[in-house]
Amino acid sequence: MSAAAQDSARPAGRDPGFLKRVWAMVVKEFVQMRRDRMTFATMLFIPILQLTLFGYAINTDPKHLPTAVLTRDDGPLTRAVLAAMKNSDYFAFTRQVRDPAELDAMLRSGAAQFAVEIPASFERDVRRGDRPSLLVIADATDPVATGTAIAAMQGLIDTALRRELRGPDAAVEARAPPFALTLQRRYNPEGLTQYNIVPGLLGVVLTMTMMMFTALAVTREIERGTMESLLAMPIRPVEIMIGKIAPFVLVGFVQMTIIIGAASYLFDVPIRGSVGLLVLLSTLFAAANLAVGYTFSTVAENQLQAVQMTFFFFLPNILLSGFMFPFRGMPQWAQVIGEILPLTHFMRIARGIMLKGNGLADMRLDVLALVIFLVAAMGLALLRFRRTLD
Amino acid sequence: MTKEIAIDVHGLTKKFGDRTVVHDLSLQVPKGEIYGFLGPNGSGKTTTLRLLCGLLTPDAGEGTCLGYDILTQQDEIRRHVGYMTQRFSLYTDLSIRENLEFVARVYGVPNPREAAKGAIARLGLTGRAEQLAGELSGGWKQRLALGACILPNPQLLLLDEPTAGVDPKARREFWDEIHSLAAEGITVLVSTHYMDEAERCHELAYIAFGNLLARGTAHELIAQSGLRTWVVSGPGLHDLAMRLDHRDGIGMVAPFGNELHVSGRDHKKLDAAIAEAKKEDGAHRWTRGEPSLEDVFILLMDQVKDNFQ
Repeated sequence: MSAAAQDSARPAGRDPGFLKRVWAMVVKEFVQMRRDRMTFATMLFIPILQLTLFGYAINTDPKHLPTAVLTRDDGPLTRAVLAAMKNSDYFAFTRQVRDPAELDAMLRSGAAQFAVEIPASFERDVRRGDRPSLLVIADATDPVATGTAIAAMQGLIDTALRRELRGPDAAVEARAPPFALTLQRRYNPEGLTQYNIVPGLLGVVLTMTMMMFTALAVTREIERGTMESLLAMPIRPVEIMIGKIAPFVLVGFVQMTIIIGAASYLFDVPIRGSVGLLVLLSTLFAAANLAVGYTFSTVAENQLQAVQMTFFFFLPNILLSGFMFPFRGMPQWAQVIGEILPLTHFMRIARGIMLKGNGLADMRLDVLALVIFLVAAMGLALLRFRRTLD
Repeated sequence: MTKEIAIDVHGLTKKFGDRTVVHDLSLQVPKGEIYGFLGPNGSGKTTTLRLLCGLLTPDAGEGTCLGYDILTQQDEIRRHVGYMTQRFSLYTDLSIRENLEFVARVYGVPNPREAAKGAIARLGLTGRAEQLAGELSGGWKQRLALGACILPNPQLLLLDEPTAGVDPKARREFWDEIHSLAAEGITVLVSTHYMDEAERCHELAYIAFGNLLARGTAHELIAQSGLRTWVVSGPGLHDLAMRLDHRDGIGMVAPFGNELHVSGRDHKKLDAAIAEAKKEDGAHRWTRGEPSLEDVFILLMDQVKDNFQ
């Protein structure tokens, strides 16, 4: 290299000025942004995800709510009432049941959100003008989900009966209304929002914190360079995983205690079922989330990516699980996604135990879903976890 | 009497994609020896160490470490080999004691607390046991990492550039420790860039572009190279170096402080080129010198570059 060339390669020693320095920084940031695919994906994916979920999936006026029917009368008036309810689009009759116990069971398990009981001799009593009582039970754990359907109910049954009662029974029709609608808002008669939110919050808090803790677990070791020597030690992947998850189960336990305590003492949310069962299943749920976070941890290349993945997972969990918006208000595809998410099942479990006093038998499907989820996430994490650096 | 062999591998090959990082490498390291592993950055030293301790699976080749098959008995190897990574790999947010106790527990050392306490005393860190590992200076970090490595009593140590960025005194102490470990019968395979360290090894292997190019003791390597070196002193050495470089017969020109080492393999051509240079400019003092290990390695590296690029 000649002396002249060396001189020109040195900085001129002039102050390049504010704009040029800013420009230098801007160029560097853009280059780095382009390299970081995950951040790039976040920038595009987050708005699309939010638009889809908020725009298409959320609906606070749910239709086709599963309704169980117990009819002890099968006259034309009964049929007219049922037909009118069905035609209103608010109710979808899932099953004719034979006894009230079955009706209760369906409401407890969440298989039905409404139950209609039409008493024996309904037909006769209406035509006589005795104003028989029509019992409608709504699962009011989520007041929003059943609100509009309840509001529509009185009017639509009334109209249906009046249509049937023309002619010889016109006299009955003239008086208003020909029946007494007994509406029971079961589990949450006062329609208190906190009854619905606080048990749900237990799930949301556990999801958010548990997942975040373990999502960082493996990536932190990789980023700090401790992974390499950890892998060279005589410790198995499953031992590393359990060792990393276990401490946070304890953290989850503390969080549970705080939330359940607050639910009971601050928000006056009843705990009708077994506290022990609630704690047990919350622990199962916490473990499932820890396993998901750990799986993310084995996929992500750095801690930032792990946090981004957690966020991607958290967003649909909170929107599609029935925590913020009624589950049954969502279109079919969103409900299918919702069924895959652990929070959806835990939401039902927590509300079920606290508000409905459910036992294990009422929620076996949801518990099974959580167990499957836990096993699948752990299995995936172990598959993903490389014992070598290949 | 033949010495017991600690590492015995043949034809090790490792590819990342279509890039061959280690190519057909064979290595025998006798028990209790300090074996130096040299080579430029990216030559495959770290990859080889990782292949030996089971962190990577070779694409071809076979062999044993401490008698355990590197392909099938990786769990045994993990238990008996101490691997010290290039980057500090203890937990910076754990204290010295906590780090050592963790290692002791993972390896199933009986009474981890006592074992850690003993290691701390040996390291001369008593009184600083509760200090966070991340707060230690570079030299202490390396000594602690070595201490953690030998805590479970391994029979083989794989050290990947253990003294990179460490001051000379700390390096000296580190190497004293390595020598006393070898005296106890522990085999040490250590990669390094420092020539003074290379000279402290019992035997050396030079690797470049994944190929093992030369091995032997430092003296053997210098003798094998057939290199002749002239040492020049005087004014304007930088300009002289510019002029001499790439002349026929001159293999290499390297500045060493106020001297210039001019070396070549073809002794006749080298002497001729130097006679030429003396004629051009009488201001310099030329003397015959001994080629250093560094001269040998730089020459080896230049040659491989010609072969592989």
